[in-house]
Amino acid sequence: MADRAMPHVKTGRVTLDHGGGGRASRELVHRYFLPRFLNKILEKMDDSAVVDFPGRRLAMTTDSYVVDPIFFPGGDIGALAVNGTVNDLSAQGASPLFLSAAFILEEGFEIRDLEIVLGSMASAAREAGVSIVTGDTKVVPKGKGDKIYINTTGIGLIEEGIYVSGTGARPGDAVILTGSIGDHGIAVLSRREGLNFDTDLKSDSAPLNGLVREILSTTDGIHTMRDPTRGGVAATLNEIATQSGVGIRIDEAAIPVKDGVRSACEILGLDPLYVANEGKLLVILDSRDASGVLEKIRLNRYGRDGRIIGEVVADHPGRVVMRTRAGGTRIIDMPLGEQLPRIC
Amino acid sequence: MEYIDRYRDPESIERLVAQIRAISRKQAKLMEVCGTHTVTIGRNGIREILPRHISLISGPGCPVCVTPVEAIDRAVALAQKQDVTIATFGDLIRVPGSETTLLRQRGEGADIRIVYSAYDALHLAQEDGGRQVVFLGIGFETTAPTVAAVIRRAKETGVRNFAVLSMHKVLPPALMALVESPQLGIDGFICPGHVTTIIGIEPYETIADDFHVPCVVAGFEPLDVLEAVGLLVRQIEMGEARVEIQYRRGVSPDGNPKARAVMEEVFEPCDSVWRGFGLLPKSGLRISDSYADFDATRKYEIAPVNPREPEGCICGDILRGLRQPPDCPLFQTTCRPDSPVGACMVSSEGTCAAYYKYYRR
Amino acid sequence: MCLGIPMQIRRIDGNVAEAALSGTTRPVYLDILGEEVRVGDYVIVHAGFAIHKIDEREAGETLDLFREAGILDLDSGTDHGVH
Repeated sequence: MADRAMPHVKTGRVTLDHGGGGRASRELVHRYFLPRFLNKILEKMDDSAVVDFPGRRLAMTTDSYVVDPIFFPGGDIGALAVNGTVNDLSAQGASPLFLSAAFILEEGFEIRDLEIVLGSMASAAREAGVSIVTGDTKVVPKGKGDKIYINTTGIGLIEEGIYVSGTGARPGDAVILTGSIGDHGIAVLSRREGLNFDTDLKSDSAPLNGLVREILSTTDGIHTMRDPTRGGVAATLNEIATQSGVGIRIDEAAIPVKDGVRSACEILGLDPLYVANEGKLLVILDSRDASGVLEKIRLNRYGRDGRIIGEVVADHPGRVVMRTRAGGTRIIDMPLGEQLPRIC
Repeated sequence: MEYIDRYRDPESIERLVAQIRAISRKQAKLMEVCGTHTVTIGRNGIREILPRHISLISGPGCPVCVTPVEAIDRAVALAQKQDVTIATFGDLIRVPGSETTLLRQRGEGADIRIVYSAYDALHLAQEDGGRQVVFLGIGFETTAPTVAAVIRRAKETGVRNFAVLSMHKVLPPALMALVESPQLGIDGFICPGHVTTIIGIEPYETIADDFHVPCVVAGFEPLDVLEAVGLLVRQIEMGEARVEIQYRRGVSPDGNPKARAVMEEVFEPCDSVWRGFGLLPKSGLRISDSYADFDATRKYEIAPVNPREPEGCICGDILRGLRQPPDCPLFQTTCRPDSPVGACMVSSEGTCAAYYKYYRR
Repeated sequence: MCLGIPMQIRRIDGNVAEAALSGTTRPVYLDILGEEVRVGDYVIVHAGFAIHKIDEREAGETLDLFREAGILDLDSGTDHGVH
């Protein structure tokens, strides 16, 4: 096949699309990382790895944070680094306990900014009830990094009887979304160089372990939970549909999107379904439990706008389909790579 | 958002569709010329709510799709120059040239910035006088005046490190090539709202009068597109062929003369190659002699390119409305959004990308 | 082909205006706009430029048409035709 037919992986170089959370990211991981590190735990490809210890199940996850800009409305890279890892553990049904934090700092990074970032990490950890128990700091020469990168690894404990996984969705299940989508992605874009727009939005960055605890205490019918970060709700639902071998149907009218997100998306030519979130959960559960769990979710400060947005079906396995407001249907595909503003 | 939502009201949509069903008897093959209409139709699932005998096909109105391989090759050649910063709309960055894309060139170390407006590119040049900024000028009559205005501003303010690679095209020659094609089986045109905002309705009059194909200029919300479909169906049922404006809030019949004036001051018509159509006389815009200092093709030595058009791709027929993406042997197999062969798959509003995304079974 | 979004003018400063759609604002250039605009007017914005001042009366009439039944009656005279 001509080289040009595979512009993303056969390039011999990493492109930004490989970090976008879409098809290109997935291909990079499946082609280069998985074959080399593969084992029974990793192959599940869930948000956290679940490790059996005699009598206990531990969940472990790691993530690196390279957001640009590092400060944005509603948060910063520090809050994100704690909340993101807490949420990956929570989505696995684990109670987060310990975090490690590793920093790569660029020479010349201002100590004042470092202090702000560390302050946010400390308060995010406090709110989530986790301890940062180990860490590392490296400094790279100016230009070899971009201000600050943070990696956090988290460990949590899964209670007896809780089994949630990306492979757990079954036909007939309901799909709950815990709030409005796209707030984080748009808040970050609004501070990015060259785009030149302002928004009254704030990032939704938040720790979701409290919300998850309440959800899990309501029923044992929770099959899958995921936090729709990079690639947005579209990418996450596609992952679940693929991993569980089911179809997913959602209803456009049921999906909460704030006016500020919608308007920015209109102007930049983006689709909110593909924009990142940092404080939302998708919950897939036995439909009999849906209304009870939703009630509980809506009592939590991070779930007030929660809705049932769709259902799991046996048709079109691996595919996500949306009923539009206009009464038609459309396929919600896996995003390709980074979402780019467009004029046409 | 309420301002936009009024044109998306589900009840009005239902009512309008019922009216279309009530008056529509004949088969009708309607072409939406503009890629932004293609996106509206796909995103809202409009094909499925229309009666089956009304089909919507996508035409040549996506500037990214009709930009030929050789133009991308020239942009890539510029991006490879040492002190050149390329500023481009995000739309262009994944379009495949003969060998590579701009996105890949960025991975190789080229300085390529995504901007939202041609002014953002000029500002980049003004902020860093040491960089040579080249803006990739792409788009039809809606976009060309914005780029012309920025080139004029650059000249007025004496900016010397700014140039434009003009790949602009004008739409009427492509429309004429379509209607003059003996194979064309199109019963009505959904004409592009925002191009018409600039050029006015005069170019469509020949199509309606001489070729007897109805034309309706449409806005971009679901109700706009549906109303335009309804107006076309009504003309078809009554055996008429007129130019109508559905998008009256956004279009004056005589267009935007001020925008055309700056476009004509800075650009002049030139023959231009369209992917799928080949060379169309006077269908492109090059920078005129009085603004030669801002013309990247005159400012820089660009090595001659040897464009390699993809083999087996039927983009050409798709853009003419003769065949549909599923007719292409490459569609969904070797040609996918993550590995586009033809440009119709590259832009999110390209016909093939829209088909892949919304109608793949 | 040409994404154009209705935005409302909030402030004007020479050839640049601040325009808004709901909670989102950005600078919009007025260089190629034929009509005079004032704060409160709606314009169609493409690639950072205002390209047309929206005719509020026409916008209202279009909306009225959507609300009414029978706009596509075969025997009703057209009020969309331009000639």
